[in-house]
Amino acid sequence: MRNFLFLLIGTLFGITLLKADAVSWFRMQEMFRFQGFQMFGIFMTAIPTAALSVFLLKKFKIKTLDGKPIEIVKKEFNWGYVYGSLLFGVGWGLTGACPGPIYVQIGSGLTIAVVTLISALAGTWVYSYLKPKLPH
Amino acid sequence: MEIFNVLRQQWPWYIAGPIIGLSVPLLLLAGNKMLGISSTLRQICAMCFPANIPFLKYKWKDQLWKIFFAVGLLLGGFIGGVLLKPITMPQISDATIKDMRLMGISYRENILPAEIYSWAHLLTWQNLLIVVGGGFLVGFGTRYAGGCTSGHGIFGLSTLQWPSLVAVVLFFASGILTANFILPLLLK
Repeated sequence: MRNFLFLLIGTLFGITLLKADAVSWFRMQEMFRFQGFQMFGIFMTAIPTAALSVFLLKKFKIKTLDGKPIEIVKKEFNWGYVYGSLLFGVGWGLTGACPGPIYVQIGSGLTIAVVTLISALAGTWVYSYLKPKLPH
Repeated sequence: MEIFNVLRQQWPWYIAGPIIGLSVPLLLLAGNKMLGISSTLRQICAMCFPANIPFLKYKWKDQLWKIFFAVGLLLGGFIGGVLLKPITMPQISDATIKDMRLMGISYRENILPAEIYSWAHLLTWQNLLIVVGGGFLVGFGTRYAGGCTSGHGIFGLSTLQWPSLVAVVLFFASGILTANFILPLLLK
């Protein structure tokens, strides 16, 4: 039952990414070339909306649906953040897709995006395999 | 139906951005879940091909919500792209369309350029490098970096985590350099 809720939130997220054109290769090229405002506008409203919501949840000590306090796990820095982000950026610049849009593209009927997804799964798998040997 | 037609058009950033931002508190409220899409890739690897790799041997059954979220993304793509199929092409800036044309890419499709992303054109070494090589780096890099545009860019920044800021600045910079300097080499 709870999982249905996650499905619903994912669906809303997916529709919005698609309708905001945030899954478009062309829109990403426009963003990376600073030739349009759509993507910047999305980030500049999404982040403050999320930040304000989290602030309010904490301030009014709002509980989760099962009555637990809201917990936000701190991200611990390691050098993988640096190396990984640089590599991800190259992939993002080329494919014009981060992980979310790949799913949305497939759902919208672009079967070719399955190739992107399988490649990304292979990348995650190879990282998992090599993790002990990589600098972090 | 008027509302139906409005929904089918491209949504402006000031509508879409806040909805995307609201996914952060919604996931927290629904069960202390932190927005992050790249970890769904790890989840699929752990479920389907764990191969005794320690990083893929975790209690993935406790994280099944990620799969439901990812299926939601697929469903969202179907609703937005098929049921509410846009009537007109989204407005991309003229400068971008011109730059793309110089690289041999035409703006005929809404989302993916047919010259790269079509079964007929995929099998050139340049296009394979873009789609397969790029896709591989998306999967490899996001896991190495511990997150992607959603996990670091939206969740991490909005919860004021400085490691996420480092990640966002670097993947954005790397994306800018790639799109402006590497992609043109591959396409020309």
